Amino acid sequence: MKTTTEERGINLGQTIIEKILSAHSNKHVQANEIVVADVDFIMGQDGTSPLAIRAFQEMGGSDVFDPNRVALVIDHSAPSPNEGVSALHKLMREFARAKGVRLYDIGEGVCHQLVPESGMVGPGSLVIGADSHTCTYGALNAFSTGVGSTDLAGGLISGKMWFKVPETIKFVCHGRLPAGVYAKDLILYLIGDVTADGATYMAAEYTGEAIAALSMEGRFTVANMAVEMGAKAGLMEADEKTFAWLARYTDRKFSPVVPDADAHYALVKEYDVSKLEPQVAKPHRVDNVCPVTDVVGTPVQQAVIGTCTNGRLEDLAVAAKILAGRKVHPDVRLIVAPASRRIYLEAIDLGVLQELIKAGAAVVTPGCGPCVGTHNGIPSDGENVISTANRNFKGRMGNSNANIYLASPATVAASALTGKITDPREYIKENI
Amino acid sequence: MELQGKAHKFGNDVNTDYIISGKYKFKTLDMQELAKHVMEDLDPNFYQKINRGDFIVAGTNFGCGSSREQAPLAIKHANIGAVLAKSFARIFYRNAINTGLPVVECNTDLIDSGDELHVDLAEGVIKNKTKGTEIPIKPLPQVMIKILNDGGLASHFKKYGGFNFDQEG
Repeated sequence: MKTTTEERGINLGQTIIEKILSAHSNKHVQANEIVVADVDFIMGQDGTSPLAIRAFQEMGGSDVFDPNRVALVIDHSAPSPNEGVSALHKLMREFARAKGVRLYDIGEGVCHQLVPESGMVGPGSLVIGADSHTCTYGALNAFSTGVGSTDLAGGLISGKMWFKVPETIKFVCHGRLPAGVYAKDLILYLIGDVTADGATYMAAEYTGEAIAALSMEGRFTVANMAVEMGAKAGLMEADEKTFAWLARYTDRKFSPVVPDADAHYALVKEYDVSKLEPQVAKPHRVDNVCPVTDVVGTPVQQAVIGTCTNGRLEDLAVAAKILAGRKVHPDVRLIVAPASRRIYLEAIDLGVLQELIKAGAAVVTPGCGPCVGTHNGIPSDGENVISTANRNFKGRMGNSNANIYLASPATVAASALTGKITDPREYIKENI
Repeated sequence: MELQGKAHKFGNDVNTDYIISGKYKFKTLDMQELAKHVMEDLDPNFYQKINRGDFIVAGTNFGCGSSREQAPLAIKHANIGAVLAKSFARIFYRNAINTGLPVVECNTDLIDSGDELHVDLAEGVIKNKTKGTEIPIKPLPQVMIKILNDGGLASHFKKYGGFNFDQEG
């Protein structure tokens, strides 16, 4: 097969993803080559695992390649809202027991929080997950990507996956985010700029002062939404923050992967984020992005804080800071879903959840429900929802006659307070 | 493989939630049941309009969004012969090939709803019989042709016990 390596010469520099795919296929690869690579970790959730289990059986699978490198997570409909889902959950539990793999049951959290917390994934890892937001672990300098159920089954059996080595777009973010402007605003802005298919078939590398200044929570938010521009992965370099974060969860040693100075990028995009405003994605597209000031005053009936994008401690804390001592607007339902049980407990220990509950929040089981329309807050016809999630497609939350606006936890909290989309800078004068 | 049918045209960025809503797909593995709801949020009566072998024709980034394999499966079980689009989101594209739903990259500006199409995958050409025009097809990567020819990834694994691409040999 004709490859760019042949066209460009074998010793050219590599991007992060080219290096990780090289290390996992034992050859020096560059963009557009096809590789069969070893996989370090595999994850499936309850929307995708049942089909994967069926494909596993069709393929004649007996054992999984390494039970210690597999996790199944029940998070999309947890606890089960109906008997159909219950049967699928049962199938997952039985499969996990039979194969000796870890199953995270209801209440443990959202898969994309649990996999990083497991300590199994870090710099240089290669991960596949049957969920499109598997790209989240790019924040840990890992190549992680979403696959379908049949690919997942192939991975479970063989411990391998085929990939086309993607080209990379580099996003260089200069400057520091102003007060009241967060990682979510940054990634919404980037998606609005490159559009929903701006990085299709490609990887994103995020770099620059603004990325370095983000907490790990913020970096997960940015990596999480790479798929909303069509990207296969959204990767960052590892630094002291990465290692400090990992050290909370594991003693495992990882080797950071740094792009070569002469790496080839399909495109380099540079931004100065020092004057960025809070951003909102309007219905019904994630790339339909505008500054919050354009939509201020739009009435909202439901507000959601949680999900794999923004359900972490920092997100709950910023919402609590805005809502502390105040009451959610009487016409708004505020739903809060911590991203994991660990975060749930930490938020209790710090008094964060108490503040949210006193303000009027309904706290639901850690999981994906409100974001994916399975349960826990399906909006009514004609209602507007403001959410910290990553998708605002028509019908995404279970009702195609509702409208979803995406924003940061601060913007969502401020809007819950006033009953209309609100600029959080009215409440946040300096970043916490 | 040769396919024949009528075009049903959709726009850009048709996401997997539109193809099959999360409110249905989490409940069941019965793809025949899911098929009844295919594209429901874009056209509530779409399933009733399909004659066996018809085509979904769309713009760019078809299948963006979630990784749900129920999306290509629901389309296939709704008796759609193939999806034709200017471009596809990558997870959907892989899932379609893995599950045996033909996906065709081509210039769909040359097709309108209701056009009678003849799609020849081997020859790499679409004949628009209504308009009397021919549209070239962008060829699939070798790896995917191999998987399609083996009848999907499950059959490929059954045949070889793992990934077996000898394009380098």
